[in-house]
Amino acid sequence: MQEIRSYSLNFGPQHPAAHGVLRLVLEMDGETVRRADPHVGLLHRGTEKLAESKPFNHSIGYMDRLDYVSMMCNEHAYVRAIENLLGIEVPERAQWIRTMFDEITRILNHLMWIGSNGLDLGAMAVMLYAFREREELMDCYEAVSGARMHAAYYRPGGVYRDLPDQMPKYKETPWHKGADLKRLNAWREGSMLDFLDAFADDFPHRVDEYETLLTDNRIWKQRTVGIGVVPPEKALAWGMSGPMLRASGIAWDLRKKQPYAKYAEVDFDIPVGVGGDCYDRYVVRVAEMRESARIIKQCVAKLRTLQGPVIVRDFKVAPPHREEMKRDMEALIHHFKLFTEGYLVPEGETYAAVEAPKGEFGCYLVSDGANKPFRVKLRAPGFAHLSSMDEVVKGHMLSDVVAMIGTYDVVFGEIDR
Amino acid sequence: MADPAIPHAEQLRARFGDKIAECIEHVYEVATPEITLVVAPENLLEVARALREEAPFRYEQLIDLCGVDYLSYGQVEWDTEDASGEGFSRGVEGEGAGRFDWASRPESTLQPRRFASVIHLQSVHHNRRLRLRCFAPHGGLPVVPSVIELWPVANWFEREAFDLFGIVYEGHPDLRRILTDYGFVGHPFRKDFPLVGNVEVRYDAEQGRVVYQPVTIEPRVTVPRVIRRDSRREQARSESAAQTAGK
Repeated sequence: MQEIRSYSLNFGPQHPAAHGVLRLVLEMDGETVRRADPHVGLLHRGTEKLAESKPFNHSIGYMDRLDYVSMMCNEHAYVRAIENLLGIEVPERAQWIRTMFDEITRILNHLMWIGSNGLDLGAMAVMLYAFREREELMDCYEAVSGARMHAAYYRPGGVYRDLPDQMPKYKETPWHKGADLKRLNAWREGSMLDFLDAFADDFPHRVDEYETLLTDNRIWKQRTVGIGVVPPEKALAWGMSGPMLRASGIAWDLRKKQPYAKYAEVDFDIPVGVGGDCYDRYVVRVAEMRESARIIKQCVAKLRTLQGPVIVRDFKVAPPHREEMKRDMEALIHHFKLFTEGYLVPEGETYAAVEAPKGEFGCYLVSDGANKPFRVKLRAPGFAHLSSMDEVVKGHMLSDVVAMIGTYDVVFGEIDR
Repeated sequence: MADPAIPHAEQLRARFGDKIAECIEHVYEVATPEITLVVAPENLLEVARALREEAPFRYEQLIDLCGVDYLSYGQVEWDTEDASGEGFSRGVEGEGAGRFDWASRPESTLQPRRFASVIHLQSVHHNRRLRLRCFAPHGGLPVVPSVIELWPVANWFEREAFDLFGIVYEGHPDLRRILTDYGFVGHPFRKDFPLVGNVEVRYDAEQGRVVYQPVTIEPRVTVPRVIRRDSRREQARSESAAQTAGK
């Protein structure tokens, strides 16, 4: 009888299924995992320390680069923490814009997730479908902020600028012309709100397309049903949040339970799973995309009628209009002070959290009254999720580890910070 | 269910008494209030266990745990009280982490109440949040008890705080570095650790491998750290103080 001994296997950091730079040291017994030791930190940039060395507004751009597929939600947590300490009320219109863009971000994130998780488990086509819709939403990012991904659009006190009146159109090129160009520009004749309205109407049909590919797919089910089961009490103990917690049957969503922005005024449901396995998490996320489209639709309807400022007119915090600066001495001084020194945040500490697509993204901010934060701690949902890796994959096969990494929806920008 | 008529801070004070050093209520103008409990390390586990298990609290989730280094709290690099004959050059001096490199870093001092471990708890059952702050005792290594037996998720969070701040969690089974490089020296988030860091890596074509070398970037701060006396806030503070005194 041949003796088979356990051996250790190094997985990543250069591996297509490692979702970036995860290094996993796996102790294997044949093809069964005995112990998993994730090594993280290969993307550690010291964001929190960098934020301590800069005026508050300079770090908004760093927030985009944490969870780089749900950019605006990260910004939202950070600016909310600053707003708490400053005690400023965000204008209504800005709050609706934030709500809308949080949901756009959620769809962006879940599309990225469904595409890459599909790839991990051998469903190649989903990626192509998902990126088709991502493109349209990233155009919205670009239309409001000028950047497709790293927007730096949310500012303490509101958002950087109002929504554009005109949605940018595709121009004629050798690759886009004639009927093709017309189809691409079909929704883009009016404003950005018209575009988003058309998108939100159409999006559920697109989700149906992804579901045709996966939901009843035999191979997909074989790879996900009963894999990586997280019981509800374990989900709480492991600090899980977002879809990870909801798939285990706990109806917990900060948008409902501790509403921020305008979530208290929109109508949506919280999808909840029953089994807590990879398949349930897939179903929950797909259902969330549909809910997000619903919320976007309501925000669009509201934003069509609700006019007003999109950032506070408190020049100690937000810069005055450029036009005013040309004729008003005070405005010029405010502008100068804001862009050389920044604003001072009163001494105190706060924790502000948002329901980011991956779970609870929080920002613990300590200020000693200076123009720079004293300590910023960013609570990334993926960090808590990934720490449960060892317990969850114990006893699973090697291929299930890949399914599990995919279902955690890990992004190393936020885990390593 | 807890009695909603009694404020949560009162409940906490009544239950824990002198087990907690302070119970701070943070009230914000627009956001929901927050509560911070300051607990001594020797009482931390007992308080935490009660918070997790007793019916009026039931904080079943540990949301976040992080270290804080209170060295240089409130220190500024820009004098705002008096008039100055200097120009911008006065903003070039200072002691912030962005201003020194590894060789000229200040000697590590252990001031009382320098390191704290801050825990954020959440009760899904009561829909409540709570912050616990535990200062490491003065002198020697900063040691605080680990809460890993109560909330397993604390594992990585405590490893992170150990890695970045050098806070030692007593009772942690596997206190390894987590975010920094293999073989890293120092605790980078301490206020006396230079912002530019210590070593950098590059590929050396001659040796045909990746080499470590001292950092080549120079420390530079473009915006000095400022705290100003803000008359609006001072007025608001004195008014609220007068109001509470009048009650």
